[in-house]
Amino acid sequence: MQLKQSLSPWQCMAWLIGIGLSIPLAFLIFEALQGESEVFSHLWQSVLWDYTRNTIVLIAGVVVLSAFIALPLGWLTAYCRFPGKRVFEWALMLPLALPAYIIAYVYTDLLDYAGPVQIWLRQQFGWQGPDDYWFFDLRTLPGAIVMIALVLYPYLYLIFKTALREQSFKLVQASQLMGMSPAQSFFKVSLPLSRGAIVAALALISMETMADFATVHYFAVSTLTTAVYDTWLGYYSLTAAAKISGIMLLFLFVALLLERMSRKTQVVHERQSGVNDTHLYDLTGYQGWLAWGFCMLILSVAFFVPVGILLNYAWHYFEQAWNAEFFNYALQSLQISLYVSVIAMLVSLLVVYYQRIEPGKLTNLPGRFASTGYALPGTVLAIAVLLPLTLIDTKLNEWLDGSGFEPGLLLSGTLFAMIFAYVVRFYAIAHGAVESSFVRISPSIDMASLSLGKGRFQTLTQVHMPLLKRGLLTAGLLVFIECMKELPAALLLRPFNFETLATHVYQYVSDEQLELASISALFIVLVGLVPLYWVNRSMEQHN
Amino acid sequence: MKSAIATLLAAVTSLSAVAADEVNIYSYRQPFLIQPILDDFTKQTGIKTNVVFAKKGLIERVKREGKHGRADLVLTSNFSAMIQLEELGLTNPIDSDTVDKNIPASFRDPDGHWVALTKRVRNVYSSKDRAGKLTSLSYEELADPKYKGKICTRSGKHPYNLGLVASMIAHHGEAETKTWLQGVKANLARKPQGNDRAQVKAVKEGLCDLALGNSYYFGKMLEDSKQKAWADAVYINFPNQSDRGSHLNVSGVVMTKYSKNKENALKLIEFMTDNKAQNMYASMNMEYPVKPGVELSKLVASWGTFKEDSLPLSEISKYRPMALKLIDEVKFDL
Repeated sequence: MQLKQSLSPWQCMAWLIGIGLSIPLAFLIFEALQGESEVFSHLWQSVLWDYTRNTIVLIAGVVVLSAFIALPLGWLTAYCRFPGKRVFEWALMLPLALPAYIIAYVYTDLLDYAGPVQIWLRQQFGWQGPDDYWFFDLRTLPGAIVMIALVLYPYLYLIFKTALREQSFKLVQASQLMGMSPAQSFFKVSLPLSRGAIVAALALISMETMADFATVHYFAVSTLTTAVYDTWLGYYSLTAAAKISGIMLLFLFVALLLERMSRKTQVVHERQSGVNDTHLYDLTGYQGWLAWGFCMLILSVAFFVPVGILLNYAWHYFEQAWNAEFFNYALQSLQISLYVSVIAMLVSLLVVYYQRIEPGKLTNLPGRFASTGYALPGTVLAIAVLLPLTLIDTKLNEWLDGSGFEPGLLLSGTLFAMIFAYVVRFYAIAHGAVESSFVRISPSIDMASLSLGKGRFQTLTQVHMPLLKRGLLTAGLLVFIECMKELPAALLLRPFNFETLATHVYQYVSDEQLELASISALFIVLVGLVPLYWVNRSMEQHN
Repeated sequence: MKSAIATLLAAVTSLSAVAADEVNIYSYRQPFLIQPILDDFTKQTGIKTNVVFAKKGLIERVKREGKHGRADLVLTSNFSAMIQLEELGLTNPIDSDTVDKNIPASFRDPDGHWVALTKRVRNVYSSKDRAGKLTSLSYEELADPKYKGKICTRSGKHPYNLGLVASMIAHHGEAETKTWLQGVKANLARKPQGNDRAQVKAVKEGLCDLALGNSYYFGKMLEDSKQKAWADAVYINFPNQSDRGSHLNVSGVVMTKYSKNKENALKLIEFMTDNKAQNMYASMNMEYPVKPGVELSKLVASWGTFKEDSLPLSEISKYRPMALKLIDEVKFDL
């Protein structure tokens, strides 16, 4: 079924999306090439190496730690039966709803010298001052690694678990029959089979880590991201900031390249329908409780403790923190998150489908172009988005001059700018999730559908989409939750009188008074939980 | 064709319907600080205020939006932001007798490109138990080895610290300031982190004996049930009283060049320089009002009078880029 090499509508669509979503970056790169930058060479000579090293350590640390947390969890919940498993299965996604900077704040409050933990220790052991004993300092690079991994591991957990569920069960059963221990089967069968999904998830996690600003800034850990901010807002040099973003883009390309290489080796197309409650391993006795304990530990540290502390704040500061505007902020947050996740799902579906139906050297490019926005820190992205949008706005105003209507900032001064920026930023998440689901659908299904007289479009809507339901939902859900938490881009692109929960919370966090915004912070979590629950339920029913 | 499109656009956007009686504000200051003042302004004049708050990047946004931007005013929390806007040619001169009458000449741009609204001092807080009151302390002394491992501060790149370093360059030159910075860095009890409040907390905890911080935080902490204990553990000291005086920073306002509501913007600026708003700044935010004769809050007044560094802000701000460069060169934050 080789299509002619003329422009197909799929091709046009995919390229339009790819180019459209990478325009902001193109503007930024253009900016980076503007002349030499004295500021950049000064940074190069002084601190840039420290920043780069910190960034590499941070990303490596978060990736390794997330893997240590998420892989066992994914395997346990996909293949084993143990006490509380049905609850853990969805509960382990909960930390996704917490912004990293909030848990960083909460844990700092809990664990620093003046926090309840150390005070209690001092009372117990009669220590007098900070010189009498050693206690780890959370506001360090390792501390930042732990905080970020705790809220990002669910990406890997979710994607890995889905991959295991969609893998051929028979292979794992066969490995059992051949006398492999669960551990052997995990390392020799499950892991290699899901390598593509794992690498995709880790690529997401590393990009997300790279874009984190609030947490590392709060912990005073200097990374390339903080350097971009300093350079642009301190040295007022967008050119130098764009050059530093260029270094970050190199990292991104490495991440994407790794992901692609891992995909190449993966050609397992077998779809197992009705993977439901069959489980391979019954963990009874102490093994079951060990599994329960591990899940409980992660869940407590990453979710229950921080949320408990937030509840405690909310209880004590209720008078000051209760604010009738919440519902309005929550509604506005929901509104924008919903728009963005639907758009991201649709465009990623189109692009990935194009990659599938017209495989060739160049077909992967639109998707890769479109994914580049992800590694840009929110503030930089916001500016990168404003560059082309204001240009269009200006041209439009010039063109309409004298027609009696002045549109003003039609694109850059409205919600459009925010939605566009979010789609640019989170497209990669949707793309990754949709792509890894598509990979598992055997091409023979497409051929069957085509030979039965269905067109490309019908194949997509009637054959693929039902099969992809879970992958699409996962994609939409991840994007939705990210939108709820997104801060820097929101701060810079908000139209007048538009607040999201995140921006509302941030004005207090930046003043070290999270207590006063504890209820809004809880709202972010709560609103993130609703879709988590909903998606989980629909998956259950689907099974 | 063109008119059809124009009509269509007008129909689907409400943007063209700019209400006659409003003023749009980009604010570097948190809404909860300025909202009461804005509410009062609306009550008096009927002019609606719309705010976008952000900690970073508003200047850049004004710059990108250019002549179609909707911001009429930018409220800043330090002088360098205002001067940056002026240098970019994004300001509109504030021409008002009321403002000129209310604000002393040293606290506004000669051509009216910016106006300071409140003053704050860069103080040194000292532990009551371990350091006592330091009446004769100077910023220069913070580099003295006797304070090794005893000083806490927020990031050197924060505008408040950059302002201080810039003023050191203005008084002592680049080389001497670099040596001073290296000395202060060697005296730090921990890597620069947190905000000004967090430094006072660290003194209370015994992590350090001295901390740099702005004056108004001290007042605000005394009002906060949780933070009162931190503030109670320290004395507030005004450095360099025996020579040039303490370093001042200001918060302020500029009118944007392309403001569509210049009249309303001017009304708001005038309102902010007048007794009522200046009083609110003084009583609610514990800042020093810029308008002479406006009463300080009781608490702030109790800290006593002090000598201010009289070097003009516009002079100090010239050295801000150099200050930032030095902070990087000595790796102050790392």
